Amino acid sequence: MNWLPPALSTYAADIDRIFYVILVITGIIFVAVEVTLIVFMIKYRGREGRKAYYIEGNTKAEVIWTVTPAIIVLALAFASQDVWSRLKNPDRFPSDALTFSVEAKQFEWNFTYPGIDGVLGNGDDFTIRNQLHLPVGQPVVVHTSSIDVIHSFFIPVFRIKQDIVPGMVIPVWFEATETGEFELACAELCGLGHYRMRARVFVHSQEDFASWMAEQS
Amino acid sequence: MSDAVVMSGGVHAEPGMRVYNQKLGMWVFLTSEVMFFTGLIGSYLILRSAPGVEWALPGEVLNVPLTAFNTFILICSSVTMVKAFAAIESGDQKGLRLYLVATVVLGAFFVGVQGFEYYKLIEEGFLPHCGEELAALVPSCHLYGSTFYTMTGFHGTHVSIGVLCMIWVTVKAFRGKYTQGDHGGVEVIGLYWHFVDLVWILLFTIVYLI
Amino acid sequence: MATVEAVAGQMAHAHHDDRSFLRRYIFSTDHKMIGIQFLFACLFFLLVGGLLAMLIRWQVAFPGKPLPFGGIFPETMAPNGIILPEFYNALVTMHGTFMIFFAIMPLLVGVYANYLIPLKLGAPDMAFPRLNMMSFWLFVSSGIIMLASFFVEGGPSAAGWTVYAPLSAVPEYSGVSAGQQLWIVSIVFFAASSLLGSVNYITTVINMRAPGMTLFRMPLSIWSLFITAILALLAVPILAGALVMLLFDQTIGTTFFLPEHGGQPLLWQHLFWFFGHPEVYILILPAMGMVSDIIANGSRKPIFGYHSMVFAIAGIAFLGWIVWGHHMFQSGMNPLLGTSFMVSTMAIAVPTAIKVCNWLATMWRGNIQFHTPMLNATAFVAMFTVGGLSGIFMASNSLDIFIHDTYFIVAHIHYVLFGGSLFAIFAAIYFWYPKMFGRMMNETWGKVHFALTFVFYNLVFFPMHIIGIGGHMRRIYDPTQYTFMQPMQPMNRFITISAFLLFVSQIPFVINFFWSLFKGKKAEINPWRDNGLEWTVPSPPAHGNFEITPTVYRGPYEFSSPEVDEDFLPQTTPLNGDRRTAPEQVPGD
Repeated sequence: MNWLPPALSTYAADIDRIFYVILVITGIIFVAVEVTLIVFMIKYRGREGRKAYYIEGNTKAEVIWTVTPAIIVLALAFASQDVWSRLKNPDRFPSDALTFSVEAKQFEWNFTYPGIDGVLGNGDDFTIRNQLHLPVGQPVVVHTSSIDVIHSFFIPVFRIKQDIVPGMVIPVWFEATETGEFELACAELCGLGHYRMRARVFVHSQEDFASWMAEQS
Repeated sequence: MSDAVVMSGGVHAEPGMRVYNQKLGMWVFLTSEVMFFTGLIGSYLILRSAPGVEWALPGEVLNVPLTAFNTFILICSSVTMVKAFAAIESGDQKGLRLYLVATVVLGAFFVGVQGFEYYKLIEEGFLPHCGEELAALVPSCHLYGSTFYTMTGFHGTHVSIGVLCMIWVTVKAFRGKYTQGDHGGVEVIGLYWHFVDLVWILLFTIVYLI
Repeated sequence: MATVEAVAGQMAHAHHDDRSFLRRYIFSTDHKMIGIQFLFACLFFLLVGGLLAMLIRWQVAFPGKPLPFGGIFPETMAPNGIILPEFYNALVTMHGTFMIFFAIMPLLVGVYANYLIPLKLGAPDMAFPRLNMMSFWLFVSSGIIMLASFFVEGGPSAAGWTVYAPLSAVPEYSGVSAGQQLWIVSIVFFAASSLLGSVNYITTVINMRAPGMTLFRMPLSIWSLFITAILALLAVPILAGALVMLLFDQTIGTTFFLPEHGGQPLLWQHLFWFFGHPEVYILILPAMGMVSDIIANGSRKPIFGYHSMVFAIAGIAFLGWIVWGHHMFQSGMNPLLGTSFMVSTMAIAVPTAIKVCNWLATMWRGNIQFHTPMLNATAFVAMFTVGGLSGIFMASNSLDIFIHDTYFIVAHIHYVLFGGSLFAIFAAIYFWYPKMFGRMMNETWGKVHFALTFVFYNLVFFPMHIIGIGGHMRRIYDPTQYTFMQPMQPMNRFITISAFLLFVSQIPFVINFFWSLFKGKKAEINPWRDNGLEWTVPSPPAHGNFEITPTVYRGPYEFSSPEVDEDFLPQTTPLNGDRRTAPEQVPGD
C-alpha cells in the first residue's frame, strides 16, 4: 500500500499509524453497515401478501449503538491527542532545534537561514527564495509569517501542514529522516498563482549542510 | 384576542395556550437579531482584547454627555411605547395616538442626534479608517473607527427602520384600526422597539463607557 | 394581523380559485406554489453548479488543453478555450457557492420546508404567506446578483466559497473587486431570504398544527426541517454580520480582518465557521428527515426508535454549535483549542451512528418496496455512511494535519452533500412529485437515472479519497506543477471522465421531470400508500390545502400495524376508540 507519500520525518509514521487505525476501524464499520444494508434489501424485499414485522424500537439495541460509537471515538480522540500536541504545541517543541524563518508572499517562499553562528537576527543571516535546505536527523523549527494573504506550509513527505497567517508568527517543526530532494506546497488558496507557489526541499547530510551553510554565509 | 386571531387562522390545536402568529414571529425574528448583534459585539470584544490593541479613553474621542442624553431619549421612547400599549389595552384611543406620536418623535430625535454626532466626528477627522491626527492620538485608531461606526451604524439603521414602522402603526392608529380587543400591531412593534432600546444600552456601555 | 386576515381571505377561495395568473404562478403566496418555484429555481442553479464543476474537472485532468468547444468564453476567462488560473479560482469559488447556497440548501429548505410543513401539519398555509413570497423573491434576486458577478470587470469572486480574508478583503490580492462585492451583497440577500423563511417555518410548526398533531406525532421530515430552521435562524445572522464587516473592509476602509491595522484574519474564519458548521447540518438534517419518512414507507414499517431519532437530530444540531474549530485545526489558532474541538467533533459520531443504525433497523424484517424514492433513500444511507466515516479521519486533529486542504476533504464533503443530501433530494423529488404536480414520474427511467448516478457518482468521488491521501491539494489549477502529483494525473483523468458521465446521467432525470409534467401517469391521492396528511388531499392539493381541518390520531409511521388489514394507517383515520380531539371546523368560517 503506497497511497501515502513516503514518510520521511520523525513523526510521519505516527500520523500514518493513526490513519491506518482509523482506516481499519471505519473500514470494519463500513463493511458491516453496507453488508447489513444489502442483506436486508435482499432478505426483506417486498413480496405480495406479506406484512412487515411491526416494531417501533428497542431501547436495549439503541443503547448499544449509542454507547459503542461513543467509546470508539473517545478512544480515537485520546489516541490522536499526543501526536497533535507534540507537533503543534510550541512548549513541546524539541529544544535542540535549528531555527529558520520563512516569509510567504504571493507567490513565493523566502527562507531566511541563520548563517554559521546558528542564530537568526545576527548579521550573517541570508535569504533564499523557494529553497528550503536542512540537515537530516536534526530538528528544525521554522518561524512562518506572511506579508499578504493566508498561505499554508505543506510538506507532504514530512506530514506537516500549517497555515501562515499575516500578522502572526507561527512556528513549525520537523526532523527529516532521509536525505534527498522533496517538495513544499502552498495548501491554502492564495490567489491566481497559488498552484505554482512551490518550493524545493533539500535534505542534506549533516556535513553537507554545514558546508552549504558556510558557503552561503 | 389571541383566540380571535387563532380562529381566523383556521387551526385550533390548543386555543388559548399559544402566542398569536405575529407575536411569535417577532420573538423568533428577535432571536435572530440577538445573534446578529452577538456577532458584532463578540467581534468587537475579540479585536479589542487582542494583545497590543489600545483603545481611546472614554470621552477622548466620543462625546459621552451628548450620547448619554441621547440614551435617555431612547429610554424615554420605550416608556412612551409602554404607555401606548397600556392605553390601547384599556381602549384609550386618544392615549394610544398621543404616545405613539411621542415615540415616533423621540425615536426620530435619537436618529437625528446620532446623525449630528457622526457629522461632528467626521468633521473632526474621525473616520471608519481613522484620520491622520487621530492616528497619532489613539494607537488602535483603525479598529476603533471600524468597530464604532459598524456597531452604532447598524443600531442606528435598526432604530430608523423602527421609526418608519412606528409611523405606519401610528397612521393606522389615527385611522382607528386598533381596538381594545385587537391591537397586535402595537404589541409587535413594541417588542421590536424595546429590543432595539436594550441593544443600545449594551452598546452605549461597551462602546462609550468602557 | 394583516397576514392572518390574508390567509383567512384566501381560505374562502379554496373551492373556486379565482386568482389572476400573476398571483397564482408568479407572485403567489401559496406555500405549495412557492415550494414549486423554489424547485425550478434551484434545479436551474444546480445545473449552473454542475456545469462549473465540469469546467473545473476539465482543467484538472487536462491542464492547459483548450476546452473541446473552443473559445466561447471571453479573453479574460478562457482565451481560445484555455482556462486561466484566475478563472479557475473563480470556477472553484462559484461552484461551491452555487451548490451550497443556491442548490442544496434551498432545495432542502426552500422547496421541502415550504411544501411539506403546512401540508404535513394540516395547516392551510404558512403563518406568514406574504413574507414567504418575499423570501422566494429575495432568493431569486440574490441568485441573479451572483450570476451577474460573472459579467463584471475582474470576474466573480475567486477567494474560495469560504472567502477567507485578507484574500477576499483586498482587491489587489485576488484581482477581483466588483465581483467580490457582488458576492457579499448576494449572500446578504440570501441571508434575508433565509431569515424570512426560518421565521415562517418556526412559527408555523409551533402554532399551526392541526388538532391532535402533537410534537411527537410530527414526521421526522418536519422535525428535521423545524430544527434546521432554528439553526438557520441563529447561524445565518452571524454570517450576515461578518459579510458586512468584510464589505466595509473592501469599501469604506475599516480593518476588521486586515492585520496591518490590528485586524484579525482568523476572526473571519471563526465567524465564518461559527455560521459554517451549523450550515453543514442545515444541508444534511432535512435530508435525514425526509429519508427517514421514505425509508419507513419503503420498508412498510414504523421508523425504528422514533424518539431517539428526534433526539439525535436535536443532538447533532446542538453539537453543531461547538465544533466549528475543526475547520481551523491548521489555521494557527491555539493548539489547545484544537484538542477541545476534536473531542466535540468526535462526539457527533454518536447521534449520527444512532441514525444510521435506526435506518437499518427500520429495514430489518420489513417488506421493502423498491420504488425509485426508496432506492435513492437507501443510497443515501449507504453513501452518507461513507461520508460520516471519512469525517472521523479529519476529526482526528493530528491526522488532519496531513489531509487538511487535500482532495480527501473534497471527497468527504461530496460524499455528504452529493451522496447524502443530493440523493435525499432525488428521493424527495420522486416521492413528492405526484403530490406537487398531480402526475407520476416514470419509474423505469427513474431507476435508470438512479443506477447511472449511483455508479458514476462513486467513480467520481471515491478515487478522490485516494489521491487526497497521496497529498493532492484541493483548488490546484495545474497539478502537474508538482512532481509528487504527476503520477496522480491518470486518476484525475479517470475522475474527470466519470464526472462527465455523471453529468450526462442526469439527462434521463431532466427529461423524466419535464416529460412527466405533461405526459406522466395521473397520480392518485395516495400513490405510495403513506400515512401523512398530505396524502389525504387531492394531487395536487387545492389552494388552502384542506377542505376540513383534519384531526390527527396517531404518529406518521403506523405501517403494517396489527390493528388494520392494510399495511398502512393514515394519521387522520379514526379507529374504534379514537375520539376527535377537537370539534370539526370548516376553516375560514
